[in-house]
Amino acid sequence: MEAEKRQPKNDIEIIDFNFIVEIAIAMQRSGYRLSQACAAYEGDELNLFYTYVDDENNDCITVNAKLEDRDTVIMSITNVFPYAAFYENEMHELFGVNINMTVPDYQDRLYRIDQETPMAPARKEEE
Amino acid sequence: MKKRSVVPYGPQHPVLPEPIHLDLVIEDEKIMDVIPSIGFIHRGLEGLTSKRDFNQMAYVAERICGICSFGHGFGYCETVEKIMGVEIPDRAKYLRTIWFEMSRVHSHLLWLGLLADGFGFENLFYQCWRVREKILDMLELTTGGRVIFSVNKIGGVMKDISSTMAKSVLESIDSIEAELKELQKTFMGDYTVESRLKGCGVLTKEQAHALGCAGPFARASGINNDMRLLGYAAYGQLDFEPVISDVGDSYARCDVRIRELFQSFDLIRQCFNKMPSGDLSVDVKGNPKGEHFTRIEQPRGEAVYYVHGNGTPFLDRLRVRTPTFANLAGLCETLKGADYADVGLLVLTIDPCISCTER
Amino acid sequence: MYNMKRSPWVMHYDGSSCNGCDIEVLACLTPVYDAERFGIINTGDPMQADILLITGGINSQNAPVVKQIYEQMPRPKVVCAIGVCACTGGIFKDCYNIKGGADTVIPVDIYVPGCAARPQSIIDGIVKAIDLFQKRLEEHAAMVAEKKEA
Repeated sequence: MEAEKRQPKNDIEIIDFNFIVEIAIAMQRSGYRLSQACAAYEGDELNLFYTYVDDENNDCITVNAKLEDRDTVIMSITNVFPYAAFYENEMHELFGVNINMTVPDYQDRLYRIDQETPMAPARKEEE
Repeated sequence: MKKRSVVPYGPQHPVLPEPIHLDLVIEDEKIMDVIPSIGFIHRGLEGLTSKRDFNQMAYVAERICGICSFGHGFGYCETVEKIMGVEIPDRAKYLRTIWFEMSRVHSHLLWLGLLADGFGFENLFYQCWRVREKILDMLELTTGGRVIFSVNKIGGVMKDISSTMAKSVLESIDSIEAELKELQKTFMGDYTVESRLKGCGVLTKEQAHALGCAGPFARASGINNDMRLLGYAAYGQLDFEPVISDVGDSYARCDVRIRELFQSFDLIRQCFNKMPSGDLSVDVKGNPKGEHFTRIEQPRGEAVYYVHGNGTPFLDRLRVRTPTFANLAGLCETLKGADYADVGLLVLTIDPCISCTER
Repeated sequence: MYNMKRSPWVMHYDGSSCNGCDIEVLACLTPVYDAERFGIINTGDPMQADILLITGGINSQNAPVVKQIYEQMPRPKVVCAIGVCACTGGIFKDCYNIKGGADTVIPVDIYVPGCAARPQSIIDGIVKAIDLFQKRLEEHAAMVAEKKEA
């Protein structure tokens, strides 16, 4: 079988957060599907990961957008991949990622937890 | 315009053992729109990384879900081993594959039983669960646990399958296969089952791709997305073809899962034939530093694990994207246009695992 | 009239468990373990249930659901917490969204520990619950009779 001989790709590429939507469109055009999207904090820096998978040859490309300021507002990719809404709502609710234009927006009511952004590290007191 | 009304579905519902809540917008008996709301089982398990070290997290990861518990422990260990550059012994790889396939058998038989219960065939439900007990006995014999096994650790496995155990596992698999052939006759040959499932909740290949579906749910619509082809653990040395159907209705989903069961029996036999002797685990020194994405094929489909280690015993981040989370969008699509009476059945056909979804 | 020991109905609700205990509860009812030989039957309707089997811990979203199910059950009723998560919160006790065991919102009579609880211990819990249910039923009947006389 072809897929077994060729080692499928599994790369992480760092991108600028302004290109998240452009890359999503490019990935969709080349037949990839969104496998997952998640957020992670590395110290105070917010990392966003979008994993795209091609089912034909099992290639997997993860793009990593680094946000130094966690209050940066990024654009939603729900126009390109409608099912990204669940991931984006999760990112907003648990990590406090500010995402613009998510459709449908659950308004922090996806998991309905008591705490606000439990997975985000405590903010350093300013001043 | 006809009058529309909203019917709440769940969280406590006789068909499903697990809580999921759907708001169904219905017009007469037809479903027009579905709004899922989750969060009844959200525990915040990924947040435990700050309280448990990376060795203990292997046991926490197993408890993401009791049905695919082996898969979660496996996926987590595989990811951490990749980060730390640990190559586990060949025998451990084969043992992991055997247990993985055995838990796939138990998960699929469980699903077949629940499906039979969903369309009201009580006898078939009990038959499936009776057969399933045999594989649970074998899992208990080899690992010591019935649903939570805890045999995975970073660097290998903890228990071995001796030759006497292997013999009884193989015997048991033979008898399960014979009984499954009888069950297959009922599932695939009985006209009441056929009239209930055929043409129910059709999802085309284009839709399945556009909605990012995973696992047997997508394979029933003709998408070849079996992650076992990546060749992790011992799958690279085994000979198998993904099971695909291109019909896309509930009947095809049932068919795909039954054929996957036979495939699993075959894989277990291949593993026992090829399994080398040797060590079970290697010593692991140091702490994980780095990040990695792993994709594995669980009974319900593709699961993605992301681990970020910072050089201390406590991980920065563990992220698990479970197959049901990916299939939620596909479920909402199949429900649109279906009859109200089919909702319970259609929710079952994605093989929902809500504990996985909400973690 | 009041000898219901042989026919109480059980209901099962999944709090926020990992599913392990839920499939074991279901496995108890199926042919190999067959808890139905004690006269119980599984029902999905809380208004007809006598014994509640609850698995998993309590979080903020399912607390009102569990409370509502408990209130809908007719008196007398028995609650059986299955698995260590329903008893104390278990491995998830430290998670940010877990309040603790089932006894944080409803009174629990019988605790069945284990992760996951084995079918044998679940059956033991059910048998104890049936006895307790009969005892409560007799107390209830005596109370009703007393009221009638007065």
